[in-house]
Order: sequence, then structure tokens, then C-alpha cells
Amino acid sequence: MTAASPPEILRAPLVVEFPFTRSLGPVQSAFLTGLREGVVLGVTTADGKVMVPPVEYDPVTAEEIRDLVEVGATGTVTTWAWNGSPRRSQPLGTPFAWVLVRLDGADTAMLHALDVPGPDAVHTGMRVRVRWAAERTGAITDIACFEPAQPGDGDGAAQAAPHDGEFADAVTGIVAEARLDYTYSPGRAQTAYIAGLSEQKTIGERCPSCHKVYVPPRGACPTCGVATTDRVEVGPAGTVTTYCIVNIKAKNLDIEVPYVYAHIALDGAGLALHGRIGGIPYDQVRMGLRVEPVWTDGGRYPDHYRPTGEPDADYDVYKELI
Amino acid sequence: MPDTTRHAREVAVVAFAQSDHRRRTDELSEVEMVMPVLHQVLAQTGLKAGEIGFTCSGSSDYLAGRAFSFTMTLDGVGAWPPISESHVEMDGAWALYEAWVKIQTGEADTALVYSYGKSSPGSVRDVLTRQLDPYYVAPLWPDSVALAALQAQALIDSGETDEAALAEIGARNRASASSNPYAQLSGAVPQGDYQVAPLRTGDCPPIGDGAAAVILAAGDVARRLCERPAWITGIDHRIEAHSLGLRDLTDSPSTRIAAEHAGVFEGPVDTAELHAPFSSQEVVLRKALGLDGSVSVNPSGGALAANPVMAAGLIRIGEAAARIHRGESDRAVAHATSGPCLQQNLVAVLEGDRA
Ligand SMILES: [Zn+2]
Repeated sequence: MTAASPPEILRAPLVVEFPFTRSLGPVQSAFLTGLREGVVLGVTTADGKVMVPPVEYDPVTAEEIRDLVEVGATGTVTTWAWNGSPRRSQPLGTPFAWVLVRLDGADTAMLHALDVPGPDAVHTGMRVRVRWAAERTGAITDIACFEPAQPGDGDGAAQAAPHDGEFADAVTGIVAEARLDYTYSPGRAQTAYIAGLSEQKTIGERCPSCHKVYVPPRGACPTCGVATTDRVEVGPAGTVTTYCIVNIKAKNLDIEVPYVYAHIALDGAGLALHGRIGGIPYDQVRMGLRVEPVWTDGGRYPDHYRPTGEPDADYDVYKELI
Repeated sequence: MPDTTRHAREVAVVAFAQSDHRRRTDELSEVEMVMPVLHQVLAQTGLKAGEIGFTCSGSSDYLAGRAFSFTMTLDGVGAWPPISESHVEMDGAWALYEAWVKIQTGEADTALVYSYGKSSPGSVRDVLTRQLDPYYVAPLWPDSVALAALQAQALIDSGETDEAALAEIGARNRASASSNPYAQLSGAVPQGDYQVAPLRTGDCPPIGDGAAAVILAAGDVARRLCERPAWITGIDHRIEAHSLGLRDLTDSPSTRIAAEHAGVFEGPVDTAELHAPFSSQEVVLRKALGLDGSVSVNPSGGALAANPVMAAGLIRIGEAAARIHRGESDRAVAHATSGPCLQQNLVAVLEGDRA
């Protein structure tokens, strides 16, 4: 069968969240712990340059650097950009300037946000100071943002001073939280497959070159490298080509162990898909067993496959599909 | 004859194809988007997929929101029986570099290089924040436009450009794209509002989906497959310090060094395809590459006309090569970038045989 018109393309929200746990070396640990304590640290390179925020290796010589220094909490804007529409997770919810700030005593600049009412209130060369976050944990966000410096700020803070980097209860790691939002669309071939499942049909696609029927279809024949365009309904029954017995209960999965997970070649399909076998004791499942899908009410895909009661398939019939 | 003696083997781009770049391609999975491009580039040479010596692709899981997403597009290559294949989680220009190295080793005579990116499922400005330093920068979520805007302001402060000059760069690129049927934006496009000042909409690349592919071949194989091969007489890539505050954002020393090693300055170039997603970055790249008014810069419209992330750099090499194939260029420079504010840069010199 060949469907005349493709179904409407499916779309669904997809959220990817990952809380990476990252450990800090001695330099980054000292810097972030310092922020928690209201102290800004940098490192001094062999040729006397002060880098803030500190790096662990000299970007020119690649030599390890460990000599910590304390710099001022005031500094100078070296470049800026006006962010009229703050995005989620950025430091301020109201319009602000992104700035690179060279802190007093440092030779390099750090990126952060500057809280000013509008673009007319910021310029390169402007004097600014750190606004500390009310609650500090040992993270770059312990600097809530920068704000315009006031008269008297930073007086006498122009020199970097040696610092031993020692703090009680040093921060040794951070959790880097990230969330990205997508609207996933599976494309033409997989949309047709998923739409078919909603009618309890399994739809594959035939390669016009080698005539193999792929299920689930992904739109291309990986052997021939061409689009699979002919839709073919396969099954509903099929043959167990191989299987395994699962003895470990998976989290959030309400299935008694042991159970059988199998590769099932649906009738008319050119390769096997996988599914759980039910309705038969686990130790009686075998290669060649004939099975059919069992759908639960409102199920979007077969819950499991059960024996049809037919005689087993002959090995020669399915040996190419193992 | 171009000087191809600096490397062990002569290697040329012999074919190039790209998709129509569009804002959304919901109806296409990645493989459905890539496959026609693969078929087109193979058809140009008459090669079958199974005759290619090495295949290398470039893409990003962060765009797809899915791990190992590139394995799906391999279905479009015809990877059975097994092929020699590799992947870079970078722009396809770097996949091309890997393929070029593979041919230099003598392990392959031909290579298929492809790359693709679908930005439409996610928010590419947010997605690209995840390539930043995770300790000091990424927790602040500075998006790609914001970082480019810091660079643009530094250029304005240094007197090297101003907002009017930036607007002219955007307008010139999109006017050039009028003759590029694949471009997403072309012709007169309003400069628009500030995205992150000083950059306006017209200074920023369109967000979209697209794919590209090239075929590389060595020596006489290249001559057999292509009437006028685009010989890669030099190619090099360099990277700068990760931290933006350590760099002079008004300059691109990595581009300059890569260009020196690729031999850009050893003769005049007539064409430059620059991967400058932001108008301000063209200012930096022109300076680093020493391009004057005699050079045709981005006759395709460049990344300001179509910027499929992960393919836009490979497209620069492909567009430069295609001009040589058509006899419109004799010596072209192609450039690709990756990372914030031109952090990483690849430069290639492409030359055609002279009559
Ligand atoms: Zn096939």
C-alpha cells in the first residue's frame, strides 16, 4: 500500500536538562571560594601579567601558573553591548549592558552584566564596581552584576597584592545547570510511522532499490543511501528471531522479573524490531516463536507481544533477519 | 599551474552541493534534509557512494537535542557494506580538513565531506552558550549575538568601523546573494532594530536549517572527475585563548597565522569566501587576511545570507571551489570559523589550473 498524502507533520516539546558536576583545580577553587568570601583573586604569569578571572596555564607559554593575587572589586569597562531584551537565565531580568571589565590591578578583562538604566549610561572606559549577590555559594554568579562606581571607590586598590588562596571550607566543585528547550519534529517518515501506531498499525517503508522494508522507517535505506518512500503495512504478527531474559528490575518499570525482551521480525518487514514477550512463561520463549502485538487501551505502541498459537516459523524463513 | 608541491599529494575539491537554506524544515528529519545534497554531489562526479575512499561529517548534537545524532544521517550515505567514516562535532570545514589529511596519508584517493545543522528545533542563541567556559562564562548565558556585539563595540571604539559601515556590509552581502538561489535571505533586507546594540538584525545571520557536501579527490583522480579542479594548495587552522578577556577582539591573529601557513600571502587572490556570521566580523577578517578592494568578498552572500550552523564554513570552501570550477576565479581564499568572536579559524587557498 502507498499512502496518498503524508499525515500532518508531528511536533512536540523536548526539554534537555543536564546538571553537570564539575570539579575545580586549585586555581579555580581559590577564585570561586574567594567570590563567596567577597574577595576577587587572579593569577600572575611569569612575565608579571595579572589574569582575572584566573587561568591555570599561561595562554602564551602554556606554563602552569599558581601565583594568586588579590585585585580590586572596582574596574574599568573595556567594551560593552546593550542587551535590551534579557533572555532566560541571564544575570538580570531588566535590560542591562554586557561588559568586559578590567578590574583594578588586573591586565585582562572578565565578562559580566552591568546594571544601568539605559545605553546612554554606559561607555568604554567607565568605572564600575562589583555588586555582590545577597547569598553566595562559590560561583561566578556570586557577582550579581557590576554597577557604576561611586566617588571614592577603588582608591588605593590599583595594585594586585599576593594572596595565599587559603580559605576555610574551600569550594571544590560546581554544578553547572543547563536547560535547553526544543520543539522536536521527527520528519516525514517517522511521522507516518507514529501516526500509523495511533491506529494500531505498524507502517514500514520499502527501499525502491533493494526492496527491503524498514520498520520503524527513518526515511533512508542505510544500504543504498536512497529515500524510502513506499509505505507498507507490516505484521501484525511476527517471529521471534532472538531474545534475552531480563533478571534486573528497572527503575519505574512495573514488570515482574524475569521477563523476555526479544527481536521480532514482523511479517513483511526486512528487519526486526524489539519488544517484550508476555503471555508465556519466560523459559518457554524460543527462536521462531510466532507472536502478535497486544495493545492496551489508549496505548501509543504495543505494550508487549504474545504467542499467536501458530506452529513455530522455520529457521530458514527468518535466518536473514537475525 | 598552481603550486601544489608544498604537500605530499595534490588534493582538489571536485564537486560541491548545498540545500535550499530555510528558516524551518519540520517536514524533514536530518537524514531527509541531507540525502538530496549527498545525491547531488555524487552525481556531479558520477561516483557511487561505495566508491568513495573516506567519508567525514560535521554536525552538533546540541542543535539536534539528541546524542549521537550524526549516526542517523549516515543512513543517507549508504553505510552498508561498511565504509571508512569519521565525524567531527564541528563545522564541516574541519571535517574537510580531516579528510584532506586522510588523503595526504595515502589511505584514500577520494573523500565525501558533508555537514548539516537544523537550528529550528531549538534556540540557537541559547544553544551556543553551552560551548563557553563552564566555570566563569556559561552560567551567565551570554548568547552568541551578545558576544559578537561586544566585539562590534570594540571595533567601533577603535575607530575601525561604525554602525553605518556595518549596515553597508550586511546590505552588500545580501545584494550579492540575489544571484545565489540557495540563500535564505537576499536582496534589500531592512536593517531592523537592535538585537544587542550595536548590532541590529541586519548585522546578524539568519537562523535556519541547511546542509552541504563536497567531494575531494587526489591528483589524476581529480582531473578525471572534474574539468577544472579547485586545488587546495594550502590549508591550516588555529585557535585562540578561550577567555574573551584575554583577547584583542578587534584582531584575529589565528586567522592571520592560518593564512600564512596556508600560503594566502604568497600571491594575489581574486575571491574570498569569509565565514563572518556578523557584519563586524567581516571587518576583522578583511584586516587579518589583508583583503583590499580588488578582491571579490563573499560573492555568494556569505553567512549573512545563509548561516546553517555547522555547514556555513564548509559552504565557504564549496562556494570558493565552485567559482574555480566555473572559471570565475583562479586563486581564492576560503575561511571558516567556530566559537565566540572568531575564536577558531580555518583558512584554505584554492587554485585552478591556468589556461
Ligand atoms: Zn536499499
